[in-house]
Amino acid sequence: MSVKKKFKGLSDKAVAWLFIGPSVFLLLAINIYPLIYAIRMSFTNFYANKIGREPQFVGLKNYIKVLNKEAIWEKMQVTANFMFWTLLLQAVIGLGLALLLNRKFKGNELLTTLIVLPMMLSPAVVGVFWTYLYNPQVGLFNYVINFFHDFGSFDMIGSSVLAPWSIVIVDTWMWTPFTMLICLAGLRSVPNYLYEAAEVDRASKWQQFIYITLPSVLPFLLLALLFRGIENFKMFDMVVELTSGGPGSATELASINLKREAFEKWKTGYSSAFAVILFVTIFGFGNVYVKVMNKIKER
Amino acid sequence: MILLFVSLFTFSANSNAKSITLGWAAWDPANALQELTKEFTAETGIDVNFEFVPWPNFADRMLNELNNKGKTFDLLIGDSQWIGAGAVYGHYVKLNDFFNKEGISMNDFSPATVYAYSTWPKGSENYYALPAMGDALAWAYRKDWFDRPELNSEFKKKHGYDLGVPANWNQLHDMCSFFQGREIDGQKRYGAAINTERGSEGITMGVTAAMYAWGMEYENPNKPYDMEGFFNSPQAVEAVEFYRKLYEDCAPPGHSDAYMVANLDAYKSGQVAFQMNWYAFWPGVSKEDSDGRVSGFFANPKQNVAAATLGGQGISVVKYSDKQDLALEYIKWFARPDIQQKWWDLGGYSCHNDVLNSPSFPTSTVYAQGFLDSMGIVKDFWQEPTFVELMLPMQEAIHDYVVNGKGTAKGALDKIIEEWVEVFEADGKL
Repeated sequence: MSVKKKFKGLSDKAVAWLFIGPSVFLLLAINIYPLIYAIRMSFTNFYANKIGREPQFVGLKNYIKVLNKEAIWEKMQVTANFMFWTLLLQAVIGLGLALLLNRKFKGNELLTTLIVLPMMLSPAVVGVFWTYLYNPQVGLFNYVINFFHDFGSFDMIGSSVLAPWSIVIVDTWMWTPFTMLICLAGLRSVPNYLYEAAEVDRASKWQQFIYITLPSVLPFLLLALLFRGIENFKMFDMVVELTSGGPGSATELASINLKREAFEKWKTGYSSAFAVILFVTIFGFGNVYVKVMNKIKER
Repeated sequence: MILLFVSLFTFSANSNAKSITLGWAAWDPANALQELTKEFTAETGIDVNFEFVPWPNFADRMLNELNNKGKTFDLLIGDSQWIGAGAVYGHYVKLNDFFNKEGISMNDFSPATVYAYSTWPKGSENYYALPAMGDALAWAYRKDWFDRPELNSEFKKKHGYDLGVPANWNQLHDMCSFFQGREIDGQKRYGAAINTERGSEGITMGVTAAMYAWGMEYENPNKPYDMEGFFNSPQAVEAVEFYRKLYEDCAPPGHSDAYMVANLDAYKSGQVAFQMNWYAFWPGVSKEDSDGRVSGFFANPKQNVAAATLGGQGISVVKYSDKQDLALEYIKWFARPDIQQKWWDLGGYSCHNDVLNSPSFPTSTVYAQGFLDSMGIVKDFWQEPTFVELMLPMQEAIHDYVVNGKGTAKGALDKIIEEWVEVFEADGKL
């Protein structure tokens, strides 16, 4: 029997289910079931490494513990700082680079390719090689900084003041091209006649930027920042390779702390509660952000 | 033709059946063991496959394997702190019957190593491993710099005694800070490469070297798990403060997340006058310096008491292995005194009394006497089944205080106790 014949008797709805069925099944198995399981575990005192011990229901105890723990708030603060500075820098530099590359000049393509290169690398690899670049004795970073002004030997990764900046710099270096590409797409979608009309009205370059370029590119920029915000909220690999969350806990982001609680200390119930709180946080912020973004688009 | 296929298949099946897999950390002694094991294969026809995991991932990889009841390893050379989990969770085969049957006596091995690597509960006669690799945290120093008259006279003028093996931690600090930032042979040198690693166990192993020397106890000897006033005693606080001072005054720049290999690299590249490290690395350090002109070695200096941080491992048979008989055969072979002597000769640290008590042992290498001294004074971290959960809060709190400069030493130790109480409560010990 041919395949064509076999499907002949099926309704459109059945065929549709046939196509989306595997995806729905995978989604349920890989995303929804673990989420429900984690929510269930978050109300227990489960320890995944304590074999044979039945988890007991503890109500909201894990949630209260997470929310009352000073260390957790420190990690959240570290995460918020990291997100604020990386998003700000990536927005400003990314938009600046996009404006630059939107002009036609010789070597434009080559420069675009070079700028985009960092985001093609693996975050873990980036973390490892930046540890060498930051090395206070032989690293290129210190050499370059001291070339312009002699600050002496300073340790980007070992200093609690500089370490948070070290991860911001690397993330900005790696992911600004992403923001730039999205902004560039936005810039290239602005019709030329708008600028021509502005020229006729004798609008200055600054006015053109404020009243034409920025409003046109803003939805694109916000979209890029949404992606980067979600990614940086769960940032893990690059920072682990670069600083391991140190010195002390100066760069220990919430995701790193979550991994340590869940898979090193094996506090499964407690870490499930922490994960649910993080999920609700990012979900909530994401929703508000998307609504704001849509309103901006509508304007 | 059919016969050929049948014989090939039989040969292949046999060769598979006659092989075992041994898991250990990826470091110099593992290579020595691989070399030694060729003799076992030649004697018995049993192939031994090795899987060596880099230290930073070693505990994660092996403990996950055990927790998942994995069959990858038939033999495991696991860290001393794992013995509790190995026994309590049933990961390791209890070896008492096997030892009795084969005439292997634990009295033939150094008591400190049997206690640390083999027994659970501690000090009982329940054996879950054969002491495989004795080890302790010790120090290496640039003897060639110490022997320079101009440096020695300058140091003596300043401190009133000669440069040499430090008698205590104060002298260690004097010497380390003497070399800090000093130019020798046109290069800037530093004091000491000490453990500061945060991710696994590095800084804990380092700071406890000081804490033990100051006389720290983990718990009330008369009331188990009662840590208040012991782990955070004034002596323990002083030791942690001293370790921070040593880090601030003497570590080379960028040494904020360093452990075994980083210490070794800093020393080998001529950056530092001292390095803290495990004995396991000394054969490599002294390889091209057999007469000991460049490097000297010494056991952990005492302060209030003589003590050293225990390292090392025992070899265990994994309960989930389908080839336990072959794995036991390996242990039987490895326990033989002649094999233990070869183990030491190849760069492994035997714990067998026949090797350690041999009259020629103290002079067999430049670090042998130090090893003997250390093994008599070793102390270990908690060996509880929950040791990972106990280790991590200590790593975080100590790193935060020593490297990050946050808070006080007392505050860090109090915080650790708080977390440990939670772990012991969850484990039903409190």
